[in-house]
Formats: sequence, C-alpha cells, structure tokens
Amino acid sequence: MSRSIKVDAIARLEGEGGLIINVKDGKPVEIKLDIYEPPRFFEGFLEGRSYKDVPDITARICGICPVPHQTSATTAIEKAFGIDIPESMYILRKILFLAEFVESHVLHVFMLQAPDLTGHDSVISLAGDAPDKVKAALRMKKIGNEVMKTIGGRSIHPVNLKIGGFYSWTDKQALMDLIPDLEWGLEAITEESRWAATLPFPDFEVDYEYVAVHNKNEYGVVEGDIISSRIGIITEEEFEQNYLEKHVSHSNALHSYNSEDQPYMVGPLARYNLNYAQLGDKAKALAEELGIVPPLNNPFKGLLARAIETLEAFDQIIKLIKAYDPQGSSMVEYEVKAGRGSSATEAPRGLLYHRYTINEDGDVVNAKIVPPTAQNLARMESDLWQLTPQVLQKEHEEATLDCEHLVRSYDPCLSCATHFLKLDIEEIE
Amino acid sequence: MENGKPRVAVFKFSSCSGCQLAILNLEDELLDLVGAVEIVYFLEARRLPESRPYDITFVEGSVTTQEEVERIIKIREDSGLLISIGSCATAGGVQALKNYKDVNHLIDIVYEHPEFIETLEKSTPISEHVKVDVELWGCPVDKYQILEAVSALLQNRRPNLPEHSLCLECKALGRVCVTVASGIPCLGPITKAGCGAICPSVGRGCYGCFGPSKDMDLDAFIPILRETTSSPKEAVELLRTICGYTPEFEKAAQMILEEEVANE
Repeated sequence: MSRSIKVDAIARLEGEGGLIINVKDGKPVEIKLDIYEPPRFFEGFLEGRSYKDVPDITARICGICPVPHQTSATTAIEKAFGIDIPESMYILRKILFLAEFVESHVLHVFMLQAPDLTGHDSVISLAGDAPDKVKAALRMKKIGNEVMKTIGGRSIHPVNLKIGGFYSWTDKQALMDLIPDLEWGLEAITEESRWAATLPFPDFEVDYEYVAVHNKNEYGVVEGDIISSRIGIITEEEFEQNYLEKHVSHSNALHSYNSEDQPYMVGPLARYNLNYAQLGDKAKALAEELGIVPPLNNPFKGLLARAIETLEAFDQIIKLIKAYDPQGSSMVEYEVKAGRGSSATEAPRGLLYHRYTINEDGDVVNAKIVPPTAQNLARMESDLWQLTPQVLQKEHEEATLDCEHLVRSYDPCLSCATHFLKLDIEEIE
Repeated sequence: MENGKPRVAVFKFSSCSGCQLAILNLEDELLDLVGAVEIVYFLEARRLPESRPYDITFVEGSVTTQEEVERIIKIREDSGLLISIGSCATAGGVQALKNYKDVNHLIDIVYEHPEFIETLEKSTPISEHVKVDVELWGCPVDKYQILEAVSALLQNRRPNLPEHSLCLECKALGRVCVTVASGIPCLGPITKAGCGAICPSVGRGCYGCFGPSKDMDLDAFIPILRETTSSPKEAVELLRTICGYTPEFEKAAQMILEEEVANE
C-alpha cells in the first residue's frame, strides 16, 4: 500500500519550501524537502565589489538574521586586513547581535512554533485564546527590535556596522533608557519559559553530532573557534576541511556533511548542549528548575533552548549596556591589503560561516557563505526518515502536521539557504 | 469582503523575507491590524491554503524565474489592489546586481552543478510584469507605510507617501549634511525620503535603498558625487547597491561611465 504526505508550501518558515514523503508498505521510500526559493547569487555579485560594501550586501541575504551576516562579513574582512577592535566596539557589536537573538527567538518560539504545540494555525488564532501571552511576546520582540534600532538605525538591515568599527558610537544614555524594558523582558521570558516547559512536545530523540561556535571566554555567538560533539574544538580553517557542502544530484538541495559523510546539526540545541556550562547564573538556574538540562536531544525542544537563550540574551544585554564605555573614535585605522579571512558566528538558527579573499585594491576576489540552514537540511531529512514510521498510524492531517512541525522546529531560513539550491528535481531523476 | 473586512494576502517572490518581517514587526498595531482585515494568505505567519480572490495583495520580492513570471500574472488576476512592498518588488532589489553580470558565470561560481539551476537573466520589479496599484519602497519597507497603505484603503483614499528627496527629511531632523560637512558621498539628493534619514544620522552617506525621488537634478548631482568618490567605480557601485536597476539610478551610473570613457 502506498501513500504520500505532501505539503506544497510549509507555513511559518522564513522563506518558502515544500515537503514530500512517499510511503510504501508502512515505510518511507522517498523524502524530499523541496525548497523552491529562487537562487540569488550573492557570492557571484560580490566578486569585484569593494570590501566596504560587503556587510550591507550580505545583510540582504536574510531579513531575519541580517546582523549575523553583517558581523560574519565584517569580522572575516577585519581578519584579512589584520584589524583588532577595542573592547567597547566588541561590546556594542555583541549588544546588537544579542538583540537580534531576542527578536528572532521570540518570533520563532511564539509566532512560528508555539501554534504547533497549542493546536493553532497561527499566532493570530493563538492570540484569541491567550491574548496576554501574545501581547507579552510582541512586547519582548519589540524590545529586541528597539535595541537594534537604537544602535543600527533600524532592526532589519541596520546601517551602523562597518569594517573597523561603527560609523558612530551609540549614545550610552539611549541604551540605558532601554534597561527598564529589558528588565521587564527578563522577567517575562522567565515566566513564559515556565509555560513553554509544560507544552506537549512529541516524544522523539536523535543521536546528533552537534556543531557550534565555541568561545573560551563566553557563551559563543559573535566569534570563536568551532566545537563539535564528535571531534572537539577546531579552527575556522579546519571547519571548511571537515564540513563540506555538496551539490548532490539525488536531491533537490545541496546538503552539508561531515568528513565521514554524515549529517550534523547546528542551531540552539547544538549551542545549548555544547556550551551550556558558559550560560549565566540566571539562565542556568531556570534551566535547572525546569529540568531543561543537557543532554537535550529532542529537536522539537529546540524551542526550550531558544527560551533559555532569550533569557540569557536579555541578561547579557543589560550587563553589556552597563559596561559599554565608548571612548575616542568609533573606527580603528587600518590599511587595505590583499588577504583572506573567515569568520563563524551563531545566527539564531545556527552556525553561519563567511570567508573572503580580497585583493590589494580592496576588491573581493571570491566569497564563500555557508548559512546554517544549508548545514541543517541533510539533518532535517534524516530526522524525517526516523520520524515518519512513528507518525504513520496517525490520521493523515495529524501525521502531516507532525512532519511539518519537525521542519519548523529547526527554524530554517530558506531565504538564506537558496544559494545552494537546485530547483527542478523531476528532470534529473 | 468577509464581514465587511477586506481579504488580505501576502506573497513572497525573490527576496530575503525582511519586508514580510516588517509586517510582523508592527508589534503595537498587529493585533488591531489583523482585527480590521481578514488575513487569508500569509505563509510566513499562518498555515492556511490559498483562498482566492483577494481585495488587497501585498507582494514582496522581485521576479527572477519563469515560474515567478507566471505566478505574478495569476496573482494579479486574483487581486483587487496589488501593492508591491520593498525595493526588490519595486526595483528588482539587491539581486538585480546580477543584471550587470553574465548569468552563466554567476551560476558557475555558486553552484557545482549549473545544469540544475533555472533563473532568468535579470531580476525585475513586479511592475515590469503586471499593473501595480501602490508601491512601497525601502530595503526594508517602512512598516508604518504598510500601516498607512492599509488605513488609506480602508478609508477609500490614496495613501500619503513621500515622493520628495531624503535631503528634506534629513534637514527636518536637523542632521548635519554629511556631504557638505565631511565630503562623504551620499545619494540623499536623489533618493526618496521615508527611512528617517538613518544613514546620515550615524554619519554615513545614503546608499539609496528607498529608490529614486521624484524631482532630481542629475546634472547638478553627478559632479558632486564624482567629487566625493575616489573613483568612478566607487560612484557606480554606490548607485548599484539596492535600487541600481531603476531607470533613474541606471541613468546616473551611465553618466558616470560615459564621462569616464570621455576622459580616457
């Protein structure tokens, strides 16, 4: 007996894609995440552009995570030029970065994934049942956006970050004025995490290889080495040798595999499981109270890792604003020279890698961008192979929802991922 | 109309999703907005099948594939008013940077198996394919312009949208002119207002993401742009960032390129 689970367009994702699962005699025989976002060729049109334009252009890869793209690009080029930035610049970059974590995580937890766990089609219908919860979520999200706007002029594609620093220092008082809101956010996410921990997550565990940024000084997001649960800490350069993107012909998408040809996971669960010890006291206290401690190997529970990371972000932003002490010029002097640099950051949905080669005129010779969703795609398909047999006895609609929910739980960003896609799968079968 | 509420749809073409996010970023107004209209299709926010027709349709993104050419024609047929949001939809967007390159070369750079890729040679605005009733510019679109568009349509009036240059907005905010004071190249004199002059506010020049303003004087502007940039390449690249594919910015770029040829 054959049947198919088919979702033409999966809702509540960033970007658009579909899902096809063909089943024969109770077993999946074909699983395809069909991502039909058109290719946009960013690496291609960066060729020959001035290094100065790279942060603004790469921001446009993704409206949900422009700051990690800007930060990865900026840091990679600074490494190519041998630029070190002073502490206050690093602090301001980290505040901007963590504010986007708040905005993106709250969006995902409440507006994209929570409807799956509460039986709603959207946050709009969830708001009918739980208006206070949705209002709290919107306010938290707004606070993240306000911090980004204060530093970057706007929250989507902010304009202040540049190679060598910032166009101008953000006024400390303007950030201090946001602290009461941030403190409210800290309380609100604490309460909402308690609610999130009671949600009916599907019973599903996978033995993952996790890969994330690791910074020996802090819970790594803005910069660091790379850590894997399989091979330990490696440098960014070693990352490219060990984790490859493949444009494979049997599927509709290029997938990332480790050097043993196995898929791996990046994202909140990877960070949480690998770097939990570096979370702050408040985050750890709540995680322990709620029993959300590593190992956490259920992809649906990425939501809980996001909730705790949101708390961590609020807590960190408050501390960083207090420590922020802008002095002197907002940009360091540097010399344009030929070179090559790479940088890994943690976008809210996982490790984001940029690498650039620049010539002596400051023009881009070549660029490589590996977004988190590119890395997770192979992993998502593997998870679906494991999940499908477990949900087949359910009603068709419910089984379909479970599979969609799994994809959504990764918070995939298909707009980012498009640069590695092939579009017309049927012709090559 | 359902219960007297307009049926609203949001569609995505080639883009970064940022303009749809701008709608979700209306945190203070979102619940009122979804109360005043019926959101019948908005894939990023809601799991509902397409349900034609639509009274108001928002379209994010540019047209870069044959499938998108066909889809926008169908959406136009199903829509009362069609509003393109953001500079991908109004100008072709950042992906129109491919319009200046050989598309086969681009495919070769990015993809291991170029034979799998289907793409058109150019990224084009929605208005190149179908009639567009209202254009909201910006990269991203300003969320309050979306609100203004919906409010205006609910009140049966034309939305009040800025057409004048960014310079006026900058002056009104009391910002120091980055070109006059610091010799920084700025597209403000030829760019539509609407962003809040955020780039001059942090001491950098405008890079034109809200597209061309209505009345511009390129003969006056081009010499200033050349004077403040270190090379014709820099001036052309500034024009060709987000809205380079608009006829006005393209004309400006051509003037610089022709001048360069004349000087050689």
